Amino acid sequence: MHEMSIAMSMIEIVREEMRKCDAKTLRSVRLNIGQMSAVVPEALSFCFEVITKGTEMEGARLMMDVIPLKGYCHTCEKEFEIKDYVFACPSCEGTSIEIISGRDLAVVEIEVD
Amino acid sequence: MKISVVRNILEANDRIAQQNRDLFTENGLLVINLMSSPGAGKTSLLEKTIDALKDDVGIGIIEGDIQSTQDAERIARKGVPAVQINTGGECHLDGNMIRDAFKEFDFENMDLLIVENVGNLVCPAEFKVGEDFKAMILSVTEGDDKPSKYPLMFRESKVLLINKIDLLPYVDCSLDRIKEDSLKINPDLSIFEISCKTGEGLEEWYEWLRERIKNREVIS
Ligand SMILES: Nc1nc2c(ncn2[C@@H]2O[C@H](COP(=O)(O)OP(=O)(O)O)[C@@H](O)[C@H]2O)c(=O)[nH]1
Ligand SMILES: [Mg+2]
Ligand SMILES: [Zn+2]
Repeated sequence: MHEMSIAMSMIEIVREEMRKCDAKTLRSVRLNIGQMSAVVPEALSFCFEVITKGTEMEGARLMMDVIPLKGYCHTCEKEFEIKDYVFACPSCEGTSIEIISGRDLAVVEIEVD
Repeated sequence: MKISVVRNILEANDRIAQQNRDLFTENGLLVINLMSSPGAGKTSLLEKTIDALKDDVGIGIIEGDIQSTQDAERIARKGVPAVQINTGGECHLDGNMIRDAFKEFDFENMDLLIVENVGNLVCPAEFKVGEDFKAMILSVTEGDDKPSKYPLMFRESKVLLINKIDLLPYVDCSLDRIKEDSLKINPDLSIFEISCKTGEGLEEWYEWLRERIKNREVIS
């Protein structure tokens, strides 16, 4: 389970951001979790709870938005939702597909006091 | 007070991986991050590859395991330098661990560094270590449903080695299904069907790898 090391990296980022604005307590953190990322939201929640216990982050709400997997076809230059991890363009069947979202693993917002 | 942040959670690891990458490039090294579930045949493939290439390629191996130094000992017996990393519970290697391990090598005459990651089909795919590319092994005894169950690893890999094909007569596993499903996820995947036991299919892999090493040296 690597959610523990993900949670630690996340807390490092949150701590830095809190320091920047001189915040004392953390109310919530919002994350973007790509559909095609190796993170299980429940496991991440659990790790977050465990390692924030007794810190200025204890009790903060962790909100996770799962970002759907989307691709861009280099052949016909269209964007589309990638279904069942099939990396082929539904319009032209091209296979030169770039992932434009859905691999996310990011802190997008924090709420502090 | 709400503060907009937008920072990649893996940014610290990505940064270290990039530093490793720069160091490897400076030294003209080809670096492969080798992944699979436990027992698929990573160390066996390394042993075979070392035997085939070591006379004309400088090879170094980093062995990642949760515990024990057995794999590094297997590699050392082949006469190439091996550094063991014990993650003590972590399910993957990261940039930091590779940076430290790499310091142990005398890499002056090294052309190829292969990192055997911790046996796991999920986590290692998310953490860069500074590799040129990721390679994965799937053994036929694991079943042909694995590409659709672990799409991230198949998407992130440049090479898929389907191992233990000598056991095909004894298992219900369709090579066609593995290939078809993994090419849907990753149309650019290079696929090799191999047996580390009989040696079948390995020549093609050595050939492909030699070509990569050659091209790498031209770039740097
Ligand atoms: N029959 C057969 N067994 C293999 C083959 N490759 C590896 N093995 C066996 O599979 C087991 C695990 O191999 P190992 O290389 O240690 O896997 P690793 O955990 O991925 O490093 C060992 O007992 C090997 O002898 C193969 O191609 N055919
Ligand atoms: Mg091994
Ligand atoms: Zn298209």
